[in-house]
Amino acid sequence: MGLLSVAIWLPILVGCVLLALGRDEHAGIVRWIALAGAVASLLVTLPLITQFDVTSAAMQFQEKLPWIDRFKVFYHLGVDGIAVWFVPLTAFITVVVVISAWQVITERVNQYMGAFLILSGLMVGVFCALDGLLFYVFFEATLIPMYIIIGVWGGPLRVYAAFKFFLYTLLGSLLMLIALLYLYFKSGGSFAILDWHKLPLPLSTQSLLFFAFFAAFSVKVPMWPVHTWLPDAHVEAPTGGSVVLAAIMLKLGAYGFLRFSLPIAPDASREWAWFIIALSLIAVVYIGLVALVQQDMKKLVAYSSIAHMGFVTLGFFIFSELGVSGGIAQMISHGFISGAMFLCIGVLYDRMHSRQIADYGGVVNTMPKFTALALFFAMANCGLPGTSGFVGEWMVILGAVKASFWLAALAATTLVFGAAYTLWMIKRVYFGEVANEHVKALADLNARETLMLSLLAAAVLWMGVYPKPFTDVMHVSVTQLLQHVAQSKLN
Amino acid sequence: MNWQVIYPEIVLLVMACVIAIVDLFVSTRRITFWLTQATLASVGLLHLAALNAGQSLYGMQGMVVADPLGHLLVFFAALAVMVTLAYAQPYIAPRELQKGELYTLSLFVLLGVAVMVSANNFLVVYLGLELMSLSLYALTALRRDSAMATEAAMKYFVLGALASGFLLYGLSMMYGATGSLEIPKVFDEIGTGQANKQVLVFGLVFIVAGLGFKFGAAPFHMWVPDVYHGAPTAVTLLIAGAPKLAAFGIAIRLLVEGMLGLAADWQQMLMVLALASLFIGNLAAIAQTNLKRLLAYSAIAQVGFVVLGMTAGVISGSTSAGGIAYSSALFYMVTYVLTTLGSFGVIMLLARQGFESEEISDLAGLNQRSPWMAAVMALFMFSLAGIPPAIGFYAKLSILQAVVATNLAGYLWMAVIAVLLSLIGAFYYLRVVKVMYFDEPAADARRIYGERGVQALLAVNGAAVVLLGLLPGGLMEMCKSAIVRALAT
Repeated sequence: MGLLSVAIWLPILVGCVLLALGRDEHAGIVRWIALAGAVASLLVTLPLITQFDVTSAAMQFQEKLPWIDRFKVFYHLGVDGIAVWFVPLTAFITVVVVISAWQVITERVNQYMGAFLILSGLMVGVFCALDGLLFYVFFEATLIPMYIIIGVWGGPLRVYAAFKFFLYTLLGSLLMLIALLYLYFKSGGSFAILDWHKLPLPLSTQSLLFFAFFAAFSVKVPMWPVHTWLPDAHVEAPTGGSVVLAAIMLKLGAYGFLRFSLPIAPDASREWAWFIIALSLIAVVYIGLVALVQQDMKKLVAYSSIAHMGFVTLGFFIFSELGVSGGIAQMISHGFISGAMFLCIGVLYDRMHSRQIADYGGVVNTMPKFTALALFFAMANCGLPGTSGFVGEWMVILGAVKASFWLAALAATTLVFGAAYTLWMIKRVYFGEVANEHVKALADLNARETLMLSLLAAAVLWMGVYPKPFTDVMHVSVTQLLQHVAQSKLN
Repeated sequence: MNWQVIYPEIVLLVMACVIAIVDLFVSTRRITFWLTQATLASVGLLHLAALNAGQSLYGMQGMVVADPLGHLLVFFAALAVMVTLAYAQPYIAPRELQKGELYTLSLFVLLGVAVMVSANNFLVVYLGLELMSLSLYALTALRRDSAMATEAAMKYFVLGALASGFLLYGLSMMYGATGSLEIPKVFDEIGTGQANKQVLVFGLVFIVAGLGFKFGAAPFHMWVPDVYHGAPTAVTLLIAGAPKLAAFGIAIRLLVEGMLGLAADWQQMLMVLALASLFIGNLAAIAQTNLKRLLAYSAIAQVGFVVLGMTAGVISGSTSAGGIAYSSALFYMVTYVLTTLGSFGVIMLLARQGFESEEISDLAGLNQRSPWMAAVMALFMFSLAGIPPAIGFYAKLSILQAVVATNLAGYLWMAVIAVLLSLIGAFYYLRVVKVMYFDEPAADARRIYGERGVQALLAVNGAAVVLLGLLPGGLMEMCKSAIVRALAT
């Protein structure tokens, strides 16, 4: 068992044990086992960072075992500089989610915790898989726990949201499955992603493959106009579900672009870059405006996520090192920030059982500690220098300026819109006079909530002040990816 | 006479008669039950041993063949009947179905299946088919006081007899054109190109129609929902399990081993059957509120996939893809039967005295009443929907792979249509999961207690669906080698 296998299977194993533990009489034990499992799963991922060789663009920590002989499928794992940070990020977010659910979830605790731990392992699997079929299995399997999480512990429209989430994502993935099978056939019977990178293909085939992958990944990211499942899913999901969805699941799609679309169909990627850039800019500008008018805090953050992910895809498709690295940095940073924003909403929702901005006002008077943290995350969401949000946005904008001034100018509007919708929400919810009796009765953060938000705040600050460990790791891999994309693969 | 070829079938026949007699003298049916299970187990094991030996033997003047394909199918069919009877135990007792006939007829069903899939002659195919079908008609009507069951039995009988008639008519055309009833001779005769093509194709149409009936593929699917719904659930499961394997077996024997020379013709017909089944099965299932009917339409859709796999065997005259295509279809059938067994098993477990538990809404809040059973049922549903890591995904994958590997534009489009339709299919499977997990249980719903043995077996069945999903290689290889060796002889 290599490190990556442990990182994948340890949380899944703990999750299965939790599922088997049965009814809510054991809730106390279940919570501690879940926390222990999540922390252990995080700890086993740390050597990935410390032992990672930043000077090599090759896949590291590789494991390769025959899996399905009939299709020459291998259980092949490995990470490069692009993927490696997402493994600890996933495990870290899972720890936060377990803490966040401690007192909030009282029914079917074991299933809730079990679902998140299994989900965590599956998502790590997506980032590590170097075999097309293995990737697909992990990618699809994540739908099952998330469907259950939204549907069982979600809000009033949870059933609608859960179905929409599942079917939307499944539609995209099924088209990708055909693409994978076609590549398998074209490559003479290989599911190895690295083989596919080298496979020469005519432009028409590349374009078809590009759009098949686009169907899967654009829904997951989500890009405008296939984003509509996300606000529904976010609003209805329980806090933990929203956190994982925003922090990690959306990244699966963006990661897919880097692992599949760009290297397998480089010519088509360059051919259709304008299309992706256009959709990304629409996401940044239009969705930014949509976020401005939301009445529901969760919806607002959900739209903000779409806008930020638009930034990520924009960065990828300007084909400069700054753009791609910036996109990846933005993915990691958005994982911390969006997770924290949803947790903040969760903190308020647990007390007031409302997410409507109009129901709040003057929270700072009763919850000063909480407001300080919430304001910090809001600032990070706007891309304030010194927070992680700044790093990625700055790099992408710099990359975009080199490509075209107007592109950069449009992209930079995100700084304006982001600040507008985030800070306006902060103003209405936290500042001003105490709005009503309910707000007056609010109690400030307890130790558990302080812990989970501080963990995230520390991460945001760390990445903002000292982003070097993050950008160093990806540098060589990104350079190599861009060289690969610059070469034509037509035959 | 090469008796060795049909030893297991002789055992089965003798034991079926013995059990019929023993049953008259025993006061409790437990003895009948265990005798039946022991018989099924030994037949299954005999076939498994023969499968591992891997020989192809002919017997009874070339009337029957014992080859790996036949052994594999009978082994799984015996397993399916065993599991069916075990699941049925808590269900049949309060419904006056605990009769000796149930066991004897079940054994005859298996005998029919075994004869069909070991046939090397048109008449033997027909003999086995009728033995199986007549036993099933009788079983469907076993609950004499139930109007629904008798109606279902009538429908099944009339339509089934019609289908058998079609098949027989088609076979007689074949005989007329080729002058032989023996499958290898027919194959050779078609290969020479001397036989009258018009008569051959005319007969082929009837054969495919008959097979379509037995498969339950659209547009010959009308009986499926009614029979699945009307028959006692234990019998529904019997119909949904072993006979599907048998239908696959004779499809291979007749179409591939006998009439590969006409593949270009029957592939087109099967393509229509496949697409129609996928359309009708998936779309009609959405509107169902009865779980048994839902699973019936689901069966139609799943058979569509199997048939789709069978169309990808011969591509522009080359049979090199045959092994992959037919073994994918076989793999699909085996995994489908495995999953179906479990889903009907759960329905029977939830049923109780005077309550059939066959509406989807009867599953409401199952997760609160019995988390284990809900999890197991959810696994079956995800498997049927083709979501990894359940085994159903790999089944769909191997069919799609076979279809894509043809590299013909038409087939690529078929693959796209098939996945889009299975997206619709995912919706109604998800609805079952939704009812179990997201809805509150009805006020009078009980927690599931007791029937420990059945619960344990269901858990094993569910575990098989996941474990085979994590490591599907072995079963795939088994199916592939069975098909390859059967086609080699």
